[in-house]
Amino acid sequence: MRQISVDALDDIARGAAVLGTGGGGDPYIGKLMAQGALRRCGDVNLLDPMELADDDIVVPSAMMGAPTVMVEKIPRGEEIITAFKALQTYLGKPVRATMSCEAGGLNSTTPFTVAAELGIPLVDGDMMGRAFPELQMCTPTLYGLTATPMAIADEKGNSAVINTVNNRWTETLARTLTIDMGCSAMIAIYPMTGKQVRETCVLNTISLLERIGKTIRESRERHADPVEAVRQATNGYLIWRGKVGDVQRRTETGFARGEAVIAGVDEFDGQSLRIAFQNEFLVAQTDNDVLATTPDLITILDDETGEPITTEGLRYGFRVSVLSMAGDPRWRTPAGLAVVGPGYFGYDIPYVPIEERFGATNQSRERLPQHEGM
Amino acid sequence: MSLRIGIDVGGTNTDAVLMDGLTVVSKIKTPTTPDVTTGITTALQHILQSSGTETSEISGVMIGTTHFTNAVVERKRLEPTAAVRLGLPATLALPPMVDWPEDLAHVLGRHTYLCHGGHEFDGREISPLDPDEIRAVAQEISDKKITAIAVSSVFSPVNTSMEQEAAAILQEQVPGAQITLSSDIGRVGLLERENAAILNACLRPLARETISAFRQSIGNLGITAPLYITQNDGTLMSADYAEQYPVLTFASGPTNSMRGAAFLSGLKDAMVIDVGGTTSDVGALTHGFPREASVAVEIGGVRTNFRMPDVYSFGLGGGSLVREDPLAIGPQSVGYRITEEALVFGGETLTTTDVAVAAGAADVGDAERVREIDPSLITSAMARIQEMTDSAVDRMKTSAEPIPVIIVGGGSILIASPVAGASEMVKPDHFEAANAVGAAIAQISGEVDRVYALASISRDDAVADAKAEATAKAVAAGADAETVQIVDVEDVPLAYLPGNATRIRAKAVGDLALLPSP
Repeated sequence: MRQISVDALDDIARGAAVLGTGGGGDPYIGKLMAQGALRRCGDVNLLDPMELADDDIVVPSAMMGAPTVMVEKIPRGEEIITAFKALQTYLGKPVRATMSCEAGGLNSTTPFTVAAELGIPLVDGDMMGRAFPELQMCTPTLYGLTATPMAIADEKGNSAVINTVNNRWTETLARTLTIDMGCSAMIAIYPMTGKQVRETCVLNTISLLERIGKTIRESRERHADPVEAVRQATNGYLIWRGKVGDVQRRTETGFARGEAVIAGVDEFDGQSLRIAFQNEFLVAQTDNDVLATTPDLITILDDETGEPITTEGLRYGFRVSVLSMAGDPRWRTPAGLAVVGPGYFGYDIPYVPIEERFGATNQSRERLPQHEGM
Repeated sequence: MSLRIGIDVGGTNTDAVLMDGLTVVSKIKTPTTPDVTTGITTALQHILQSSGTETSEISGVMIGTTHFTNAVVERKRLEPTAAVRLGLPATLALPPMVDWPEDLAHVLGRHTYLCHGGHEFDGREISPLDPDEIRAVAQEISDKKITAIAVSSVFSPVNTSMEQEAAAILQEQVPGAQITLSSDIGRVGLLERENAAILNACLRPLARETISAFRQSIGNLGITAPLYITQNDGTLMSADYAEQYPVLTFASGPTNSMRGAAFLSGLKDAMVIDVGGTTSDVGALTHGFPREASVAVEIGGVRTNFRMPDVYSFGLGGGSLVREDPLAIGPQSVGYRITEEALVFGGETLTTTDVAVAAGAADVGDAERVREIDPSLITSAMARIQEMTDSAVDRMKTSAEPIPVIIVGGGSILIASPVAGASEMVKPDHFEAANAVGAAIAQISGEVDRVYALASISRDDAVADAKAEATAKAVAAGADAETVQIVDVEDVPLAYLPGNATRIRAKAVGDLALLPSP
């Protein structure tokens, strides 16, 4: 167990934007809320998953909804407590700790608000290892753990507890409620034991986020290469460098799908990379090759500052580096791929692990020295 | 004849031009004075005398200024402001001004009020507006003797009615109230839009005072022509409108330079490099207007979502220091002290201007004083300057296609060779007054940014609605209705929202009423 203070949240939010793979919502709002909560209520205890007793109850918490609404209809603050307490009451047992559902994006910092307000610890881990759009896309699903009972609450004070026959139904019904609540709601979901956390969740991700965010900050301060620093911190692969050209967006079946084209520079000169996204970056390919796909992570960083770029933030002319990192190994199993593989998202592309695609060619790429004044 | 005077009030210099239709008739550069108006008067007097123009012949005076940006950055002349937000029970977690720098929040005072109201993304009410609640807030504001008020409602880009209703109550109850509605200024993103409204509200008394002083300057010289102020996107607003919306002037400096460059060169699609004393700005012109940045823009440490021109600044200027071993250009610069410190002017400091003179690329000062510089240093320094410029232009280009590059600004002597990727290099006449020219030729615009649920209104109707509103705004700002055209429409589907919620933005531009266009 260690304490997380207000200042660490900047690093955590920045690291979360890297693992957000372009989505996960704008970390700014989640970070501000968490900072407010920690200032009011004190530092949060980050619990090593190994410190949980087998039968401790852990209830992950998150914000659910549309990114556009989350930056406009900011939460009241109480709804996350309402959801949490509704579930605790339903379970009839005290809850030892909360946890992140999704390390990428604003749901890295949202659970800090719960932990601070309720005075309970936060477990160092999450259930995705990145950002994904749907509730069933959590590693416990692969073990047959149920997402329900789950509780959902809005700023008006409405709350509901639902039970579903499978986690896909959880997504469907919770999404309906979320929409009626105005497309922004707080949830408490996947209640589980300490033993189940250790066995089924992605562990130590909050610490990883902090490390990534700190790495970016420190490399900027030292005028070192932040992109390379992130690559090392995540055991990632530099799959592309270039300049963003056309970014197209359209709505299909309720999802905003899009594609960005990045013209290669330096060693990637002469070709263009196309990245398909549905809020998160999902497939990266050139005319001849597929370079990376979900469930491996694809993240886009500003070439100079290392700042992660969301799908909304992508625009013409940005100089970017594209990194790919291995997703949690469980996502690569046939069962995992059925939930979050390219096929699920509608891409007819077979999944190949990133380290196989890049394998021996991965190295720390020597970057050209940065010129002063540029 | 269509005689217009364009004036750019910068941090160091006030530039002015007199234009007769498309021709620059007279120009002047004079130091900006602390009171601003003295420098303007000096510039105007020179322009009128040197051109022999009768004041009655002037049809318009257009001023661009960074005065209001500076006030925010320096935390000076800002009014205590009440920030009223409609959105309860939502938004309580992050009250107004939550992430403001403490010193700025202190100057305005944290007079924040959260009230019921606001809309959902699809137009349903979050809760109804409570007039009694607003009246109670009005009473508190009035008791504190505050008159600057910002009103922001959740999803007001979808429905402006609650902001208007609340404003009506506040106007009635608070003596001398000066109210800014967030929906008049910003787009989706509550904190950023609210911040913009608060900044606007705190600047309004300064705006009234400053613009009144501008009016006096021109009036004292016998000029009866209307006064216009340039805004962030390079278009004009009437002086009356500028008194209401001073925040719209924040980026007008770089924008005016780019617009001036476009006009002087005759090119509508080009890159523009403005080389100053310490920094250079690179932007992209599309259809004669600067391409806009879409990321959050911080003003004085406050996060906003203004539409600002997308300008990349880098540390290359006429006064930039040149060091060898390792070779480095800037970012330090002698700035305006160049005429004392550069070698060619008798000083002791090796600057980029010195290198350019030594290379034979420029003829200023005394070339003898740089004859001793190591030729290989000259070559490598000029090469580095070129490299920095090439890289900056490439970064801002929108495609790989070669495109004209226009160079303006006093430091433009530094760019001796064609820029990589340039189809042609253009250095127009009057390049040193491009910013004032940009102000003089500007048109009037109106812009709206709204969210529509396309399940309940057709895309065609929504776009028509946005266009009509933009047009009306342009006319309200002073455009001749018959000349107003829609120059840009953008629609962005919003993720994870049912009902096909889409953001539609429309921009209309027209000529000044009563004046032919340049």
